[in-house]
Amino acid sequence: MAMTLITTNTDTPGSATDSAFTSGIDNTYKLYIFKWYDVNPGTDDVNFTFNGSTDSGSSYNVTKATTHWSAYHAEDDGYAGKGYGASQDLSDSDDGTAFQPITGGIANDADASSAGELFLFNPSNTTYVKHFYYTANSYKNDSASANTFTGGYFNTTSAIDAIVFRFTSGDFTGTIKMYGVG
Amino acid sequence: MPLGAFKAALMGTAGVSVAGDVVLLHDQDYSGASEAVINSGIDSTYGEYIFKFYNINPDSSGSFTFQANATGSSTYDEYMTTTKCETNHAENDATPGFEYVAGGDQAQGTSFQSLSQAIGTGGDQSGAGELHLFNPASTTYVKHFYSEMQIHYGDVGNASCTYIGGYINTTTAIDDIKFQMSTGDFDGTIKMWGVK
Repeated sequence: MAMTLITTNTDTPGSATDSAFTSGIDNTYKLYIFKWYDVNPGTDDVNFTFNGSTDSGSSYNVTKATTHWSAYHAEDDGYAGKGYGASQDLSDSDDGTAFQPITGGIANDADASSAGELFLFNPSNTTYVKHFYYTANSYKNDSASANTFTGGYFNTTSAIDAIVFRFTSGDFTGTIKMYGVG
Repeated sequence: MPLGAFKAALMGTAGVSVAGDVVLLHDQDYSGASEAVINSGIDSTYGEYIFKFYNINPDSSGSFTFQANATGSSTYDEYMTTTKCETNHAENDATPGFEYVAGGDQAQGTSFQSLSQAIGTGGDQSGAGELHLFNPASTTYVKHFYSEMQIHYGDVGNASCTYIGGYINTTTAIDDIKFQMSTGDFDGTIKMWGVK
């Protein structure tokens, strides 16, 4: 198996509020990996999020069931710990079509950013739900490190053919790459 | 979670550089080593570097650790803010759990960051895992990293899996990584890949 770079999106200030991947997600690969780094929002204290589409990006509102937990630690040692993010998970009956938070409260300081990777399995399948999980590390607006973990599935038997990343408000800079595996 | 079994297949744990856009840059076996320094190949060529460790077996029970040098530095004492979580389960079914390890994190610390609990020294005891470092050549942003490492804990027969996240708090490029045990020497294999 090899991992092949398919698309690189490089976002610059004012250029876009979305980083969308609307082509290349099909039955060519069984696994798609999205990697991002140096993702820096234009607005302070906003959430980095993603969603999927079954209509090539015309709409991003696929129902999801997800889990979310994180470990966090402030630079001044003022707080540290781990916890399940009950307000960051989604379910069919609890805002399931919303954008899934990757990390909340990211800073827009000049040196602040988020980095991580999202794995999406067999998105073109038309029989099963579509599983995904990600790991990220981010610099939060109160000068803390947050290591976040989410697992879940798009609860649809339609093919997922587009993915978009965005902040809850404003535009952002950064690099997001999509790879195909297998 | 980091790739786990999928990544093992992707990266070629048999030591063979795989095709595609993941390039093997470093592959070295260590025996009785006090440290493993990787100070070439970490630059702006790749946006992500992945380090994998296999069969890490210490001569004294201790944790596997790492630090970094920014360009022009040689003292392996960059500032880090990190988190550390661990899961544990004994072979005799005792003490299963999941906890945040306050003694293993750093708040603007300059120590070597532990990536595991204390690894056993027995003949069949070892640790394995991976560390992801994102865009170390950036001169604008902090350098994020995270790791997952599974070990045989101490000599009591515990499976222990550790999750580390954090950032190296510098806007100077990172070009040098060092791994070492918290005490003593180790045997093992360390590889580094660049991801295009």
